[in-house]
Amino acid sequence: MAIFKERQYLRVDVDKDRDESLWMKCKSCDELVFKRRVRENNNICPNCGEYFFLTSTERIESLIDEGSFVDCAEPIMADDPLGFSDSRPYEERIEEAQKRTGLLDAIVLGKGAIDGIPVVIAAMDFRFVGGSMGSVVGEQICHGIETASDEGRPFILVSSSGGARLQEGLFSLLQMAKTAAVRQRLADAKLPFVSVMTYPTTGGVQASIASLGDVIIAERGAMIGFAGRRVIENTIAQELPAHFQTDAFAFDHGFVDRVVKREDLRDELASLLSFFVEAR
Amino acid sequence: MSDERTLDLLEAKIAELRKLDEVDGMNLSEEVARLEERLEDLRRELYSSLSDWERVRIARHPKRPYALDYVGEIFDGFYELHGDRISGDDRAIIVGLARFEKRRIVVLAQQKGRSTEENKKRFFGMTRPQGFRKGLRAMALAERFGFPLVTLIDTPGAYPGLESEEQNIGGAIAESLLSMSRLRVPIVSVVIGEGGSGGALAIGVADRVLMLENAVYSVISPEGAAAILWKDKERAKEAAAALQLTAGHLKDLELIDAVVPEPLGGAHKGFAETANGLREELARQLNDLSALSIDELVDARYARYRSVGRFRRGPPAGSE
Repeated sequence: MAIFKERQYLRVDVDKDRDESLWMKCKSCDELVFKRRVRENNNICPNCGEYFFLTSTERIESLIDEGSFVDCAEPIMADDPLGFSDSRPYEERIEEAQKRTGLLDAIVLGKGAIDGIPVVIAAMDFRFVGGSMGSVVGEQICHGIETASDEGRPFILVSSSGGARLQEGLFSLLQMAKTAAVRQRLADAKLPFVSVMTYPTTGGVQASIASLGDVIIAERGAMIGFAGRRVIENTIAQELPAHFQTDAFAFDHGFVDRVVKREDLRDELASLLSFFVEAR
Repeated sequence: MSDERTLDLLEAKIAELRKLDEVDGMNLSEEVARLEERLEDLRRELYSSLSDWERVRIARHPKRPYALDYVGEIFDGFYELHGDRISGDDRAIIVGLARFEKRRIVVLAQQKGRSTEENKKRFFGMTRPQGFRKGLRAMALAERFGFPLVTLIDTPGAYPGLESEEQNIGGAIAESLLSMSRLRVPIVSVVIGEGGSGGALAIGVADRVLMLENAVYSVISPEGAAAILWKDKERAKEAAAALQLTAGHLKDLELIDAVVPEPLGGAHKGFAETANGLREELARQLNDLSALSIDELVDARYARYRSVGRFRRGPPAGSE
């Protein structure tokens, strides 16, 4: 169900030594823009407003109060339960992704505060095998939900995932059932679960935990859907509208409660959470 | 399968000889017996060492028994219910009341079509959002009256299309997963043919998950995996093997509870025998489950899904 190839996103690497240039070209408006401005602007082009891709760490930095974030992920890594190898061995793919991203898998999980409100937040990372959900991602989401319910914190999941991780076969598919089942813990504890869908939230992630939020927010520019454009065109050769699976499509068809600009997301979450927290 | 065609030819030949034997009184019984023995040997040879891809082919065989065949054979008085009460009636999903031995149950199953006409009606067994929502009705009904839920899985996958997406098929699958994970009645799911990805799992969250011997269950079709991971649709055979999607592999991986045997060549070579095996296994599983209280049942189901997944502890030495 991971329906996207890993694609090259325009990245903003101002901290890395090897990247000396101060300017970058925006893929959307073709303007040369000052990199540090882009970085300071939540990876949004200061000229045209186009969003650049955020890593999980950058996403958390953009939402969580400075200095409040504490990693609470389980110390686990992908196993290779099927001994899977396609064009390359799964183990090699994982090692390479770990080196490239500095992450153990496609998700970052931790405790922190949004405008002073304690939360548990999980952010997926599309750079890591397309943000795909295998056993580790499923486990971290469940661990996050359990931590939230044990400590009485709201749970926020920021999705950026093509779907289930194919290389773990049925183990990955079953993470959909696992996360859906565990999601109930929050409801039992009367704690809100806010699902934030970003580019992309598709396949097995959209068809499980991401669609089960009490409130579902789409970031402007998100792609949301189950089967991707190519799959549909290849399977039933149907012509699809231009706005297919965009944020507007999801909103118009009632999948999401709101579409929010990246620069407003933190404030929006803060005010939404304050409603639930005050009621408690 | 070209080898299967050889078997069919041989079978036809034997039937012909038998007829000659009867009609013309030619004494061919020895010849017939010899050929029958040879047929049996060939069959065993062909089917005892099936590759994973060959099992995919059997799971999709046009003569394979479908859900309604089993419903008619195993259950009594099936009373079909229709519609999701919102937007329509997905004929790729069947729902209804039935009796199974001494129990009253609710059946929720995926149904493929046999003819082109029927396949058009049943969308080749691909479930649409209204189908999953009809399933949610079945679950609610089962729970309200305390009837066990039996689901039969047989789908290439959820229906990919504009209308499906417009009606939030992903959200419908998610709701189905959540509902099944906490449903307060026993649930037994059986993959009878193709267990295609999220569309299959959506009706497969259960206390016991069974598979027919030649059924397959996978996160993605072998063709889909070949296209995405190998960038070559033609490598579906390799993908099928890599995905470990057969009943045998999934039992070894402890992801399913039991495998229901099929006769050599597949369920379509001996439907009564297959259905009988399924009946016995279903009865056994439902009996086991009825020994548990509802709380114990739901807790055990939760624990089952909470613990699914394989990972290693600890970051690699030298990192971080």
